[in-house]
Formats: sequence, structure tokens, C-alpha cells
Amino acid sequence: MTVQQDQSSPHDFQQHTEPEEHTSQSFLEKYIFSTDHKTIAKQYLYTGIFWAIVGSLLSLIIRIQLGFPDTDFSGLQSFLGTRVTNGRLDPDFYLSMVTMHGTIMIFFVLTGGFIGTLGNLLIPLQIGARDMASGFLNMLSYWIFLTSSVIMFYSFFVENGTSAAGWTAYPPLSVLVQASSGAGQGMTLWILSMMLFIISSTMTSINFVVTIVNLRTKGMSLRRLPMTIWAFLFTAILSLLSFPVLMSAFLLLFFDKSMGTSFYLSDIFIAGSPLPNKGGSPIVYQHLFWFLGHPEVYIAIFPAFGIVSEVISTNARKPIFGYPAMVASIFAIMVLSFTVWAHHMFMSGMNPFLGSVFSLTSFIIAVPSSVKVFNWIMTLWQGKIHLTTSMLFAIGMVSLFITGGLTGLFVANTAIDMMVHDTYFVVAHFHLVMGSAAFFGFLCGVYYWFPKMFGRMMNTTLGYIHFWLTIVGVYLVFFPMHFLGLSGLPRRYYSFTTFDTFNIYPDLNTFISIAAILTFSAQLIFLYNFFHSIFYGKPATQNPWRSTTLEWTTPVQMIDGNWPGDVPVVYRWPYDYSVPDAAEDFIPQNIEHNANNDDH
Amino acid sequence: MKAEIKVFEVIVAVIVVIVLVMLGRKILAGRSIQDTINNAFERAQPAIALSFLIALFVCVIFSTTYFCPDFIAAPVSKNARDVVPLFHVTFIATSVAFFLTQFGVFYFAFRYRSARAKNAVHIKQNTKLEVAWTLTPTIVFIFLFLWGQVLWAKITEEPSGDVLVIDVIGQQFSWLAHYAGRDHRLGQNDFRLIDNVNTAGIDFSDPASKDDFIPVQMHVPKGKPVRLLIRSKDVIHSFYIPYLGVKMDAVPGMITTLSFTPTETTRDMQKKLKDNDFDFEVACAELCGRMHFAMKLIVVVDEPAEFETWYNQQPSWISTHNADDLLQ
Repeated sequence: MTVQQDQSSPHDFQQHTEPEEHTSQSFLEKYIFSTDHKTIAKQYLYTGIFWAIVGSLLSLIIRIQLGFPDTDFSGLQSFLGTRVTNGRLDPDFYLSMVTMHGTIMIFFVLTGGFIGTLGNLLIPLQIGARDMASGFLNMLSYWIFLTSSVIMFYSFFVENGTSAAGWTAYPPLSVLVQASSGAGQGMTLWILSMMLFIISSTMTSINFVVTIVNLRTKGMSLRRLPMTIWAFLFTAILSLLSFPVLMSAFLLLFFDKSMGTSFYLSDIFIAGSPLPNKGGSPIVYQHLFWFLGHPEVYIAIFPAFGIVSEVISTNARKPIFGYPAMVASIFAIMVLSFTVWAHHMFMSGMNPFLGSVFSLTSFIIAVPSSVKVFNWIMTLWQGKIHLTTSMLFAIGMVSLFITGGLTGLFVANTAIDMMVHDTYFVVAHFHLVMGSAAFFGFLCGVYYWFPKMFGRMMNTTLGYIHFWLTIVGVYLVFFPMHFLGLSGLPRRYYSFTTFDTFNIYPDLNTFISIAAILTFSAQLIFLYNFFHSIFYGKPATQNPWRSTTLEWTTPVQMIDGNWPGDVPVVYRWPYDYSVPDAAEDFIPQNIEHNANNDDH
Repeated sequence: MKAEIKVFEVIVAVIVVIVLVMLGRKILAGRSIQDTINNAFERAQPAIALSFLIALFVCVIFSTTYFCPDFIAAPVSKNARDVVPLFHVTFIATSVAFFLTQFGVFYFAFRYRSARAKNAVHIKQNTKLEVAWTLTPTIVFIFLFLWGQVLWAKITEEPSGDVLVIDVIGQQFSWLAHYAGRDHRLGQNDFRLIDNVNTAGIDFSDPASKDDFIPVQMHVPKGKPVRLLIRSKDVIHSFYIPYLGVKMDAVPGMITTLSFTPTETTRDMQKKLKDNDFDFEVACAELCGRMHFAMKLIVVVDEPAEFETWYNQQPSWISTHNADDLLQ
């Protein structure tokens, strides 16, 4: 059976257009204001790495404070100024660290950096396009992203410091200067930065959707899309539908903060006098925020789903198990993720019946997630597994996703959530399931597509050491947090000594802090390996992982327009690994069928 | 001692020499040291993956059993106590899933390593298997959900009969508990009446408020339902008693409710935990600013008779304050 679906791909014209010649590009056009998707991907990657370092350093300050409460910080006095008094960190400063760690990691690293890097790199290469649908929009979205992140960075240095209201920025705390010192200029810049970020993210998403829908090469029907492309498509749709709601939430927050409106404020007495605000409700903000906030965790993890599926299939030399189920489960998660947001609000005072409804949807969304895990494991079964560094990060991601995902069954249940809500149990849950798992997906992608990006290989030994130190470190940091949470320790506490109830495991906190410092140090190995390999790595071959997808049909040193001649035509799905009777254990997508091959 | 050290040194030296000789031979054979190291590491990966799996299981089992006794999975209030079996069943279900799937991930990575496996099997899907593993979790999840909702309905139900109603106010950074006094009727309150004296904003033109009192420590009786009407003056707080397993946000502009029935007195707990300084503590569980970590109130759980005595001894708030200081 060699039935070709989608023979008349909407963009036949692309097939034969020659790549444009850009011989006269200036340095500025080529490296800075480039519209080439590969250059933009690298720009996102460098920015993402920078933010990942900043975000991790902030978490180390948090961990030092919690693990070594007696530390004398006066050495940092010259750098931090009034944020250190008598050798002690200021509690507001601590909360700023918590806030910025969350904001930076979630938005600038896992959303902006991760999706910007691998989405921009892979979408045109894997669907067989010369570039993104709009190179200019792509460039613009990167520069707005960078502007937004510079503004966020600048907010560290304004009077009274940056926002200290948590990444969730619940009003009234986030908008009243009387309530929190960071609610002044710091919060204004925070909101401004987030708004620019949303604009940038929306541009990226539109570009992704348009590119994937319209610019697929001849023969690249939807049933032949690699899992990564499916993942990026659903990520983009998810961000397009949910980020605007966050925009409106922040706009109203800004009005309340700076223009005296009462969308979220009512009946407040603070700093010795009542405020005139009447009729608003902070619960409204929570609904608007979590309407994005929950899809956001899937926006961060979907690309990891796609990348991990791709890498596991390639390195196990087996088709991804249950391709239709894998696509359907991401789709189901995408749809359901719009219906679970209020499970963050079981204890917020909303109607308990609403809690039951959201509890049900939260349980249901765990079903497609379990299906994905079973399919990954089944892909490993009876494979011929090459444990490359990217493969290790892929199975590491699956392992962390399982560990973190299972605790979701506790927090999704309203009755149990009453005990563990806002405790370290939740911190452990989301750091494992969306934080670390998405990070592992990101690292997996970087190791896997490094040869594509830079034409060189990364050092494998350093990669192996990096992986094992990181996965052991991540488990040592986050697994004990379950115990802290189950014994009642609340999140976002500057110190646990005030309460006898919470002062039971000081040693465990110290242990976690040491593990966190070691885990961070292990990332230095990655940084060294990454930058060293860009210049001195072993030159890559064209298809180092013997993969089937189109990006490996491009030249090793990437060129404008991606393919020197015609864009390849696709004849088969992306997972023809170990096809019986085939000459090799993989058949690239652009190889035509012959009588021996199967019907894909 | 000295001899031992020498033996040790000799062994180390021998190992170093052997390694050097082996590396040297490899180099002579035309392979770079880096390739040799890379290959050695690559070959070791499946074994490391298997060791990691074993270490993960050992550590998880050991640490969980070690910390188990301190879990607050045994809260001492009526509805929260009923959640414990649900917690345990969820714990068992997730543990089974954890061990099976983690085993699958790392053991398969070891078992089907490329050095040993012949060829990968070309399987695309298996509908029966996929339907089975979609339905199994669905059934388990729905069971857990339904059980949870039965408990949730009880937790959020308004208690009937002889209920102690307390007006709880969250503020940066403390809790106030406003009791109804001997008439068992809470006085009205309004945030516009709040000032530095009348911190709870009680409306003293309401006759019901005349005998209301705000004690330094909150007292509740054992075995009798308590219903809290929670409000906040400034930002969002969350009223959280870890040992009773209860939590509810305090939101400015609205009143939230929380009901619980303590099943042990403070003295029972002191005996049980062999700690004479034990106290039930109220903490804040929603980030509320600078001193969020220190927003504490002590709750004393008394025997009902003791509670009655304490309740009737409390002087009314108005009698201990100068009426001229009030707004009105």
C-alpha cells in the first residue's frame, strides 16, 4: 500500500524555490537582527541559559537561608546594601528571591527560552520549510522577549527592590505599597515586563501555528508529523488561548495598583486607615491568573513531551509506541487544561461544590498523562537502546514526570489537599513534574540537537557525568520536600523557627540545601561542555543519531534556506525504525517506498 | 598501622600503573585517550542505570519509612481524621504505580541495551493494551475522586446543633479571635470601624457586641463543632492549624468559613507526644508579606467543662478598654 495522503500540499511552490542568497549580509543582519530561525533559536538559547543561571542562583540564596539559618551574610553587605542587616537577610529580600526565582524559571527559561530555542530550530527543519512563516515577526518576538527580560532584571535595582508577592502576584499584597515593599516600582516593572513577555509569546505562538499549518513540505501530512511538531503546535494553541487572559488580569492589576480602581480590592484597612476601594474581589484575580497559570505548566511540559518521544524512539530504534494515542493524549491534555485551573484555589474560599468539579477534571487530566508514560515505557520495551546523553535525559524526564505526577493524585483530591495545600508537598510536586521534568526535556533537546545547531558534537563523558549528578541531585533536593510538606511545613517561609510545629526537621532542610548547591555545581559541567564544544567539539556527521526526520537531511553547517537544493519530499511517517527486511534500522522520511516497505 | 598504609599505597600504585599501561596500549593502538574514556563511559551506562534504579528504590523506601511517624497524616480533628484512610489508599496506589513504572523505565534501559539486544522489534501499537491502561487509571482515579468528595462534603458542611462560632480576623501579621461572649451572639463588624484600638472593627452600637471578647490565646472545646467565620483586614492570609489538618484562606472583602471538631485536648497531645510544651499553633499558609513566617496564634483545646469555665471568666472587650477611644 503506497497511498499518499496530502499529495497536493498547500505549498507546492516552496518545493522548488531556491534558497535566497544573502551573500551581502552585514554582521548586524546576520547575527543580531537576524530573521533566520536558526539564529533566533540560538539567541533564545543564550538568553535562556543566562536566565537559568540567574534563576538558579536566586534559588541558592533561598536554600542557604533555609538550610543554614545562622549564616552570616554580612560579607554580601557591600553588594546587597540594606537588604542585609546584622548579617541577616531581610525577609522582604528573601520573598523577592522566591518571587523572582519562580517568575524567571517559569516564564523566561521554561516558556521563553525552551520554546523559543527548540521550537524555532525544529519547526521549519522538521516540517521541511525554508524558515518560519514570518521571519520578521520571529525576530520581533525575540527582541521583545529580551526587552521584557531586561526590564525584569532592572527591577532588582529599583528603590525598595523587586516584587515580593510570589510569582502568582496575588492582590492586595502585590499592589499595596503599605503591604509589601516590593509593591512599588518593582511591581510596576514586573507587570510591564510580564506584559511585554505575553506580547512576545503571542507572536511566537501565532508564528508557530501558521508555520506548522501552512508550510509543511509536500507529503508531510498531519499523520506524518513528528511528535515534537505536534507538541509545539499544541503548545502554541494553548498559549494563544490562555496568555491573553493573563494579559487582562495584569492590566486590571495595573489599574488597581496605579489608578485607584477596585477590580480586586475591597474592604481593606491597612497602615492605620481604611482604603476607599469597594466591591472588588481578589478571588477574581485568582481565577484570571490560574486560567493561564495552569495551562502554563503544560506550555512548559508539552515541548518536553514531544522531544522525549522523539529521542526515546530514535535511541531505542523503535517506532514511538501508540503514535495516535500520543497525539490524542497531548490534545486531550490541552483541552482539559482549560478546565482545571481552580484546583489551585480549593482553599481560597470559593464555593466547595466548584472545588468538587475541578477535582474531577484534575483527576481526568491525569489519565492522558498516564497514557503517555505507559507509551514511553512500551517504546523502550524490546528496543535496541543506545544510552546516549540525550537518551539518558529523556528517560530521566520520564522518571521525574512519574514521581512528580503521582503526587498530583494527592493534591487533586480536595479532602487531602486541605492538609497539603501551600505546603512543601506542593513545592515538591510541581518542581518535579513541571520544573525538573521540563528542564530535563530542555537539556535532552540541547544534547540531541547540538550537532544540528553548531555542527559539532558535545563531549559524551562530561555529558554522562552531568546527567547522573543532576538526576541524583534533583531527587535528593525534591524528594525530601514531600516529607517536609506532609509534616506541615508551609511554602514561602523565611524561617521555620517561630513555630514549634515546623521546627522538626532543621537537618533535612540543611541536607536539601547541600544537595541543591551540588546540583547547581553539576550544571557548571554542562556550561563548560556546551561552550567548549561550540568551538572545539568533534565535528559532527550529517545524521549522528541515525534519525529519520528531515532536519538531518540538511547540511552539517547550516545555510540560509536550510536545504541547498529542493526541499525534500516526505514519503513516510517519522518512526520507521527497525522496519523488518529493511537494509538499515531506520528509513528517513524522504525515502520513497518500494514493495518491501510498509504502508506508512 | 604503618604497614597497613604501605599495603594500601602499594595497591593504589599497582592500580595506577595498570591503568596507565592499558591507556598507553590504547594510545599505541591508534586511539585517543578521550575516545577510550568516552567508550568506557558509554559501555558503563546501562549498569549505572540499573544501579541508579536500585539506589532510588532503597532510598525511597528507607526515607519514607524513616519519616513516616512524623507525617501529619494523623490529624486530631473529626473530619480530617477520616481523610487518613483515603490518604493511605492513595499512597498505596501511587506507590505501586511508582515502583512499576520506574522499574520499567530504568530496567528496560538496562535490559535492552544495544550491546546485548539483537534487533529492536517493530511494534507500532496494541489497541487492547492501550485501552487497558487507559481504563485502569481512569477507574482508580474515579474511585479516589468519589471517596474524596464524600469526605469533602462532610468537611465543608455547616455543622448543626451546639456550635461554637468564632469570628477570626487575619491581619499583617497576627490573628484575632473574636468570641460572642455570654449571650452567644457575635456583634456586627465593619472594616471602616477598625482603628488602632478597635482592631477587629467591632460595631459597639450593636447590643450583641457588649459582652464580646478577644482573648490572647484562642480556646476551643474538645468534641464540639467549631465554626470559624474568617475575614481579613488587609491582604490574603490563610488560617492553618497543621495538627488539626484544616486550612482556609482569609480574603479581604468576604467571609470564608471553616468548621472542625477537635478530638484531643492540648493536654492529651502533650501526653501523647511526651512534650510538655506542646501547643496547637495557627500559622498563615498564604504569602502575606514580610513577617508571613511569624504569624502565629496559640489554640488551646480544653475539656468541655474547662472551656466553659474559661469562657465565662473572660472579661468583655469593652470593659477592658476606654470607650472614649472608640470611633463612635
